[in-house]
Amino acid sequence: MELLCPAGSLPAVKAAVDNGADAVYIGFKDATNARHFAGLNFTGRKLDKAVNYVAQHRRQLHVAINTFAHPQESQRWFDAVDKAVDMGAKALILADIALLDYASERYPDQELHLSVQASATNTASIAFYTRNFNVKRVVLPRVLSIHQVKQLARANPDVELEVFAFGSLCVMAEGRCYLSSYLTGESPNTVGACSPASFVRWQETPQGLESRLNDILIDRYQANETAGYPTLCKGRFEVDGKLGHVLEQPTSLNTLELLPELFAANIAAVKIEGRQRSPAYVEQVTRVWRQAIDAYQQSESTFQPKQQWMEQLAKLSEGSQTTLGAYAKSWQ
Amino acid sequence: MKYALGPILYYWPKKQVEEFYQLAKASNADVIYMGETVCSKRRMLRNGQWLDLAKEVAQTGKQVVLSTMALIESPSELRNMQALVDNGDFIVEANDFSAIDLAKQAKVPFVCGPSVNIYNGSALKLLVKQGMQRWVMPVELGRDWLIRLLDECSNLGIREQFEVEVFAFGHLPLAYSARCFTAQSEGRTKDECETCCIKYPQGRPIVSQEQQRLFRLNGIQTLSNDCYDLINDQASMGGLVDVLRLSPIGIDTIEHLEAFRQQNDKDRPFPTPDTVNGYWHKLAGIRQSEDEA
Repeated sequence: MELLCPAGSLPAVKAAVDNGADAVYIGFKDATNARHFAGLNFTGRKLDKAVNYVAQHRRQLHVAINTFAHPQESQRWFDAVDKAVDMGAKALILADIALLDYASERYPDQELHLSVQASATNTASIAFYTRNFNVKRVVLPRVLSIHQVKQLARANPDVELEVFAFGSLCVMAEGRCYLSSYLTGESPNTVGACSPASFVRWQETPQGLESRLNDILIDRYQANETAGYPTLCKGRFEVDGKLGHVLEQPTSLNTLELLPELFAANIAAVKIEGRQRSPAYVEQVTRVWRQAIDAYQQSESTFQPKQQWMEQLAKLSEGSQTTLGAYAKSWQ
Repeated sequence: MKYALGPILYYWPKKQVEEFYQLAKASNADVIYMGETVCSKRRMLRNGQWLDLAKEVAQTGKQVVLSTMALIESPSELRNMQALVDNGDFIVEANDFSAIDLAKQAKVPFVCGPSVNIYNGSALKLLVKQGMQRWVMPVELGRDWLIRLLDECSNLGIREQFEVEVFAFGHLPLAYSARCFTAQSEGRTKDECETCCIKYPQGRPIVSQEQQRLFRLNGIQTLSNDCYDLINDQASMGGLVDVLRLSPIGIDTIEHLEAFRQQNDKDRPFPTPDTVNGYWHKLAGIRQSEDEA
């Protein structure tokens, strides 16, 4: 099972590699990837260094080009595909069928992974992408229960499946959420960012610390509460006068306890979310997951997630809490 | 311009659905989309009953399209969709690539629905090859994007090979999740939902702590709280749009379809209090443009 770790900067690449990632995924410094945040991602000499560092340590590099090409600007996305192939990426992570078509026609030997942003959640959808574009691996959206993941694995023995193991939890099917553009005009599909930082405003008020997105109140914190980034689906809103986290709480996904089941289902890779997170985050999460995977492989029958791992991961999580998300039916 | 009634996104009692389509039959709608697109647990009407209703509506000469689910997670949902694709009478609206794949295999033409991620002409060219007859633009896109995309389609030589439909009225379908938010709002999980969404025939509104209208819960779907309404924007659609979709929120929607049709000929704006049209004008969806066409 491949441990696939995120990197939004050169120090994060090094942290991932040094702490045991089998593969690292990155994006270019433009709107061609779904973590298009200021100060993040790769271009020029830093890109070369990242590629070299991964290659020197005999790990693999995956490049996410997982937004949707804008009309009359498709060449930018095609150029990104060319660049990723030229620099020797092991895999391209794509969502747009226009890019999948371009890459599979032009580079028939290049390994293509279907991005989570393509939202393939069933056998017929997977068949569409494998039949038309020879996709080798599918990254499953975080909407499936563990039972459904196993079902898909059994039904698709010729396709590698990759699942999200740890990190920020998208509560919606990835690639199928326009909540961000509804409030700001910008969404993951159109600009590569959700709840973009340029729309965020913090304000101390007599009612508490307020977080706003494009002037819309997302949450209001009392002095004893920890404020989090105003990702809009994790705000506190009202339904019939009742205030609460109507869509989702600030929490992170942690599937460490499912590791034996993921192995049993022959899952090809576990993915750590967080290209926007710090090198320290990448270092710690990678280290814990490396230890866990190694521990499982050494002794499958006695594997138990260590308390210390769970605590470390919780500390790195939104709201210091973790969830099994959709993998557990009770969450749904 | 042709006018379409989209699939009913909410869970209405069977009688209400039947009444709606009796009125729809008598309406001026050109195209009628029918079927459950949100949740497979909504079984007030089964496939067979939808088909019977569809045949009845089709007798009026209107085009009937069978809409399929947007988020397909289980083999049983796929089997259900296969049965719809194989219905033998009607084309289908594909709201997921699974439906596109099944339609292609069965050589059934399809409408590409608004929840399929198509953002450029090259992607449309691929779908035309698969059998797409009509494309419903993702709701988050607007006029500028459409103009550039259709120019691209002209260059690719496919501009005349499909129709363009725009979601023009109703609460906007914005997101899909594994989680049933309506059930959660009642303190239940999806497994124990008791299809409580039937109590909310226009979804369950979410407002901010300042009472600003934001979203609407509809099972696993999240909608815009405000109604999107492009009734006064039709003059800006010439040469771009072939079909306008009204998403039913009640029987009033059928009257509103008639207002849309008449508005096409007049300069006087139709009153649209508390509605939004931001997406069409390249603004945040929640905004209302000041300069309506």
